[in-house]
Amino acid sequence: MSNRTPLRPLARILEARRRGENPDAIERENIRLRHEEQRDRDRQRAEGRLLTLGVFFICVFALVGVRMGMLANSEAAEPRAAASGAAILAQRADIVDRNGRLLATNLATHSLYAQPPMMIDKARSARELVKIFPDLNEEWLLRQFSGDLKFLWVRRKISPEQVQMVHDIGDPGLLFGPREMRLYPNGRLAAHVLGGSSFGREGVHSAEVIGVAGVERVFDDYLRDPANGGAPLQLSLDLTVQSTVAEVLNGGMRMMNARGAAAVLMDVHSGEVISMVSLPDFDPNNRPNPPTSGTPADSPLFNRAVQGVYELGSVFKIFAIAQAMDAGLINASTKIDTTSPMTWGRHRIRDYRNYGPELTATEVIVKSSNVGTARVALQLGGTRQREFLTKLGLTEPTPVELTEAPNAKPLLPRNWSDISTMTISYGHGLSASPLHLAAAYATMVNGGTKVSPTLIKQNHVARGERVISERTSRTVTDMLRAVVSRGTASFGDVPGYAVAGKTGTADKPRTNGGGYYDDKVLATFASVFPATDPRYVLIVTLDEPSENSGREPRRTAGWTAVPVAAEVIRRTAPLLGLRPETEALELDLITLTANR
Amino acid sequence: MRSLFYIFSAMAVMALAFWAYNENYKTQAALREAQKLQREIGLKREELGVLRAEWAYLNRPERLRELALINFDRLGLLPLTPDHFGRVDQVAYPPAPNPLLGLADEITGLREDLE
Repeated sequence: MSNRTPLRPLARILEARRRGENPDAIERENIRLRHEEQRDRDRQRAEGRLLTLGVFFICVFALVGVRMGMLANSEAAEPRAAASGAAILAQRADIVDRNGRLLATNLATHSLYAQPPMMIDKARSARELVKIFPDLNEEWLLRQFSGDLKFLWVRRKISPEQVQMVHDIGDPGLLFGPREMRLYPNGRLAAHVLGGSSFGREGVHSAEVIGVAGVERVFDDYLRDPANGGAPLQLSLDLTVQSTVAEVLNGGMRMMNARGAAAVLMDVHSGEVISMVSLPDFDPNNRPNPPTSGTPADSPLFNRAVQGVYELGSVFKIFAIAQAMDAGLINASTKIDTTSPMTWGRHRIRDYRNYGPELTATEVIVKSSNVGTARVALQLGGTRQREFLTKLGLTEPTPVELTEAPNAKPLLPRNWSDISTMTISYGHGLSASPLHLAAAYATMVNGGTKVSPTLIKQNHVARGERVISERTSRTVTDMLRAVVSRGTASFGDVPGYAVAGKTGTADKPRTNGGGYYDDKVLATFASVFPATDPRYVLIVTLDEPSENSGREPRRTAGWTAVPVAAEVIRRTAPLLGLRPETEALELDLITLTANR
Repeated sequence: MRSLFYIFSAMAVMALAFWAYNENYKTQAALREAQKLQREIGLKREELGVLRAEWAYLNRPERLRELALINFDRLGLLPLTPDHFGRVDQVAYPPAPNPLLGLADEITGLREDLE
C-alpha cells in the first residue's frame, strides 16, 4: 500500500511506445492488480470478523450450557440469605370454621420402621415392641425380623411417648422417620363435612397426606398448594352451633328411637351451611373402612344430609302451592276441592283425615291435604312442575363442595305422567336429599331468589336468579308460619322466634321393591326462622322414628321431628345472635285479655 | 518514582485482598446466623402448630360442655337460651343522687344541734 505503483509508469510507457505496443494495456493491467489486492484485503478482514464472532458465540453458548448443566446436577438449596416471609409451614393447610376456630390441622409425629440387618437382639426387640403396641403379633414380628427383609414398616404414626419407649429399647435397627399427621381436634364433630385423610406416597423421610372424602378431598389441591402460603381454608360452619345441633339431634334421635338423623342449618340469603349433622357419625381421626357388606346407607360414613336421597313427603307441598300462586292461578284464600279420596285412573289419593269438601290454599298447607295439593299440581301440569323444581335445584345434584355430593342425584320418575305430577306435589315419587330441601326452602322464603348451598364462607353473595316473586315469598312464609301456629307443627313453636315450617311424614319404600312399609317412616320438618324476616332454614330428618310415650307409637313428623327441631332452634338461635322478639308475646297477652 | 509506584500498588492489592477476605468471612457468618434463625423460626412455628392444636383440642365443645356440667355448683353455667336475653331497661343502674337526701341529713343535723 505504501509504495503505490502509478497507473501509467512513465518508463514502461516510453518502453512500450518504443516497441510499438499500446500503452493503455499497461494501465489496465495495473488497475486489475490494484483491484485484486483490494479484494484480498477485504476477504481477510471479513474472515477475521467472522472468526471473532464465531468464537464469541461458542463462548456464550458454552457458558449457557455449562450453567444449565450445573443447575440440573446440583442439589436444590433454600436461599439462605432471603428473609422468610410466608414460608411453607406445613405440607397441608389448616381448615377453620367461620370464626377461625380450628377444625383440622397438622401435627408432627414419627413413624417407626425397622432395618432387620442392623438389629442386635431381634427376639428381645420383638418382645418389647409388643409390650408397647399390644396389637402387634410377636411371632409374626420375629419372623419378619429373622427373614431376609431389609426394611419393614412397624407403625405409620406413633406418639412422642411411644417414640421414647421405643427409643428405650435401644436397638439400632429400630428407626424413626418424621411424619406429618392430620389431626381433627374436635373428634366426631362435623366428621361428614371434613371427611378424613390418609397417607399417599410414602417415603422414610416424609409422606404425602391426601384427603379421602368430604372437603379434604374436594379441596385437596387447594390445601396442598404452596402458593397459598399456608392460608387456612375457611368453611361456613360455625363450630359452636354445629356442636349444639349435634348434641340436640343426638338426644332427639335417642328419645324418638330413630335409626338415624340428619340436620342442615342454612343461611337463606347466602346459602352458607352453618351446620350439617348426620348421625350416626364417626371419628375422622380414625376413619373406618367403607363397609363391604350390607347397605352403604347404614354405615356411619354415610352422610344422610347430602347422600341420603329420600322421598321427603309433605314438605314438598309448599312448592306446588307457591308455583300456583306465583302463576296467578290461586291466592292464599282460594277454595280448593279436597274431597277425599280422589280417584285418578286406577289410583286413589287419600288424606290422613277427611277434611271436608273444600279448604282454602292456606288450610291445604296447614292441614297438609294431599288431595288439595294434587288438584293444584294438576292445574299446573307436569311440564311446568318439572321446570319449577329444576329452578329450585331439586332435579340436579347439589353443587355443595363435598365429594359425595355429585353422586347424590335426585331420583326422578322415568315418565313424568299426571299421576307422577300429583304424587310429587306431596313429596312421593321424587327423592331428594335434606340439603336439596334446605336450598329449596331458602329460595322460597328469602324473597324468591335462587340459593346454591355452599360450605365455604362467603363474604359477598350476589342475588341469585328470581324463582318466585317477593310477594309470593312473603305469602309462603305466612302460610308456613300458620302451620306452626295452628297446624301440624304446633310443637315447633319457640317463643320469641316465630318459627315457620312444614312437616313431612313419608312412608319408607320397601327395599325389595314394590309398595311402602306401614310402620317405617321418614319424618322431616323443614323450618324457617324468624318468620318476620327469614334468616335461617333448618331441616331435621329422623329415620324410622317412633314416639312411644302414648298408648300406641306415634310416627308422624309433628310428634317426632318437630319437637327436636324446636329444641335445636331454641338452643341455636341465641348462638346465631338472634334476639327473641318480645312484641309478638305482648300481642298474645292482649288477645288473651280480650278473650277473657 | 517507578519503584514507589510499584510498592504502592502492591500494598493496595494486599489491602484489598485483606478487605475481601474479611468481607467473605463476615458474609458467611451472617449466612450461618440467618440459617440458624430460619431453623429456629421453623421449630417455633412447629411448636406453635402443636400448641394451637392442643388449644383446639382442649377447647373442643364436647369437653367444655362436660366441664361446665362437672363444675355446675361453682360456675352455674347453662346453655344459652332465648330467656337469657334482656332489655337495657332491665339492667340495674346505680341510683341517681337524690338532692333531697342531703337536705334531710342537714335537717336531722340541725335538730340534733337544737336538742
